[in-house]
Amino acid sequence: MQPEAVKHRFEQLQKLANANWQSIEDGSKPQVLIGTDTAGRASGAIEVLEFFRQELATRNIDAVITEVGSTGYCYADPSVIITKPGFPPIYYGYVTQGIASRLISDFLQGNDPCFEFAIGALAENDIIPTIYEQPRFKYEKRVLLSRCGFVDPGDIDHYIANNGYFALFKTLQTDPQNIINEISLSGLRGLGGAGFPTGQKWQICRDSSGDTRYVICNADEGDPGAFMDRTILESDPHSVVEGMIIAACAVGAASGYIYVRAEYPLAVARMKSAVAQARDKGLLGNDILGSSFSFDIEVVQGSGAFVCGEETALIASLEGKRGWPRSRPPYPATAGVWGKPTIIDNVKTLAYVPYIIANGSAWFSSIGTPSSKGTAVFALAGKIVNTGLAEVPMGTTLRQIIYDVGGGIPHGKKFKAVQIGGPSGGCLPESMLDLPIDFDSLNEAGAIMGSGGMVILDEDNCMVDTARYFLDFTHSESCGKCTFCRLGTWQMLSLLEDITQGKGKPDDIQFLEELATDIKQGSLCGLGQSAPNPVLTTIRYFRDEYDAHILEKRCPAKVCAQLTAFYIDPGKCERSCDACVGTCPTEAIFNGKRGIKVIDQEECVKCGTCVDACPPQYRAVLKISPLSELPPSEPRPEPESKRDE
Amino acid sequence: MTHLQRSFIPEDTEIKEDIANILKKYESHRGNLISILQDVQSNLGYLPRYALTEVACFLGIPDSEVYSTATFYNQFRFIPPGRHQIKVCLGTACQIKGGSMILQSWERELQLKEGQTSDDHEYSLERVACVGCCALAPVAVVDERVEGKVSPTRVKGILLGFDLQRKREHEKTSEKESGDAT
Repeated sequence: MQPEAVKHRFEQLQKLANANWQSIEDGSKPQVLIGTDTAGRASGAIEVLEFFRQELATRNIDAVITEVGSTGYCYADPSVIITKPGFPPIYYGYVTQGIASRLISDFLQGNDPCFEFAIGALAENDIIPTIYEQPRFKYEKRVLLSRCGFVDPGDIDHYIANNGYFALFKTLQTDPQNIINEISLSGLRGLGGAGFPTGQKWQICRDSSGDTRYVICNADEGDPGAFMDRTILESDPHSVVEGMIIAACAVGAASGYIYVRAEYPLAVARMKSAVAQARDKGLLGNDILGSSFSFDIEVVQGSGAFVCGEETALIASLEGKRGWPRSRPPYPATAGVWGKPTIIDNVKTLAYVPYIIANGSAWFSSIGTPSSKGTAVFALAGKIVNTGLAEVPMGTTLRQIIYDVGGGIPHGKKFKAVQIGGPSGGCLPESMLDLPIDFDSLNEAGAIMGSGGMVILDEDNCMVDTARYFLDFTHSESCGKCTFCRLGTWQMLSLLEDITQGKGKPDDIQFLEELATDIKQGSLCGLGQSAPNPVLTTIRYFRDEYDAHILEKRCPAKVCAQLTAFYIDPGKCERSCDACVGTCPTEAIFNGKRGIKVIDQEECVKCGTCVDACPPQYRAVLKISPLSELPPSEPRPEPESKRDE
Repeated sequence: MTHLQRSFIPEDTEIKEDIANILKKYESHRGNLISILQDVQSNLGYLPRYALTEVACFLGIPDSEVYSTATFYNQFRFIPPGRHQIKVCLGTACQIKGGSMILQSWERELQLKEGQTSDDHEYSLERVACVGCCALAPVAVVDERVEGKVSPTRVKGILLGFDLQRKREHEKTSEKESGDAT
């Protein structure tokens, strides 16, 4: 390698990037950042973006509009950050076209920053509190998400100007073995869920014989309820690209793949553009930055198979085959894609690599717990106020994440459980909330870290139905190779369906537990080995709900449709109000005697629309379980046309 | 054959040409199978039987292997999709916020089961595992557009919108036709 040449090339890149970044960051013009990742788009960010573009043009306002990724505060989407000379950068949430119009006329044209729409400022100032004063920031530590939502993912210069590709520059100046040593020293563990020490994996790959090696980024984020990989790919794609180049340099690989899930079209597009830009700048391809090291990346789109998140299945899929896992060893680090040594790491693991190389292993290992270093990104969803992403040091407790960062349970409902780690994880109850989260503590509790998806359930969710849902998922996603997984999950699913339909038998629970053990032992890959986890944890922590379904034919949360009926309390119904009648999708509600509304149980599909429609001052629609407690209601009158006959 | 039907069931010659053009872009290498199938589907909307045999021939592997691989993955479709594609998300967050109720609403309103396409090829209904918009649960993807916080009433509203659109189109074409006649 020619250190001088590399240094010169890198400094040139930095100079250009800084000039580009400064041109918008120098504060002479107002700057509008709009988060247009997939979640932002779903809440109307593109319409807001177009509106800003149009209005600024018509009103002749000189401002820079930049499309950025997501900050992870998805609950406030669409979000807009406005920086105007003389004001701190201000973060606005829930922006509609109406609010956008006010921001343009009052703030960009006038001098009123419209505090009523602001979530907070992003820098210390005298006029408005910063968002960092909110309770969540006491616990949050943003590393992987630090750039997300603040840089343009489509412009490599934004990344370079924010310390990007500096770690790669450092890597090219040193011996590859030093890089592996640094990663090993840092204690980085695979953030895809399994938690295998990354440095060790890389060392095995480097020590394997042969000239050809591969690096794969596993971006097949299949766990329902997890969206942090998607956010990183869409908001800060270059951190993943840089991590891959460093990994390739460390192990001596010449080509790599990013395997992105089919359901993430925007992530695929942004990764492709990031790879192309890196290639243009000489950061990918032959003789990277003038060194003797060459590496290139191909972005590959998955085809919708959950099991392909498993490393050997992903490799099979890359080779154009059915995504069938195979037995290990040999591990991919010695025999991976096309039989060559391959390192396959999750998006977050690779995105962490540049930070560790740039800041040193000591910095990284100072964060977290003795066995799990660094931070973890969690996706908060379900019954929680602040849905979105949270990045906290390992060792933060579940209670801090759910209540302080996530803002607790909406509508004053009671917390019931938190589901961690997707279909492979488990449901943990209130009593486990003080558990500090790291790889090992979660395993002990029966859940797994998994991808980091965290779905919060409240008193209105049925645990048996949730277990049934996960089994339905794993059963349909089982690749079918191992009999225990293919048929065992089907057996468990039918038992759970029986229980939710009131056909459960007292010894079903024992049967479920036996099947769970067999499936765990008889399956080759993580999917089968962990598929019974949601059932086992719900039985362990919510046994009473199973008993209520089986013995009393009662669903305590009043969710299971076959065990629950909707009923309008005649004492509470207002008579003259027709709210429920109009919204019922199956016209199951009719006017009974004296105008009191009655639900025709034959027609009712139990969708719950009438519960929401009934004005809060009446709350006349009740859910009743078990069915034996449903009071008799008057029969539906014959249609008038028939009576005339 | 009306214009609408033709757009969904291309004539054999068209398919043949399209597939030949797609195959030209690839090397005859077993590893390219999935990429080729994805390419065919993004061009034709589905994988016609003819395409599967052509791809097998091109790669020099048995038809059964192509079919076995294609059917393994959820994304591949073997019948033409509807004009409006509805994908209902049943990820965990959507499930606990009533996603299955929303799927039932679609099934009821469209008189279709998940995985089916209506006889007139207007609608196809699918379920997907998670589109990663958990903050907006329950979610449905209607023609590439992500609809957040869907309710049974919203389902009716979306379909009503399509009905109106269809009616307007119909009026326009009939106006045009009557205009042409005079």
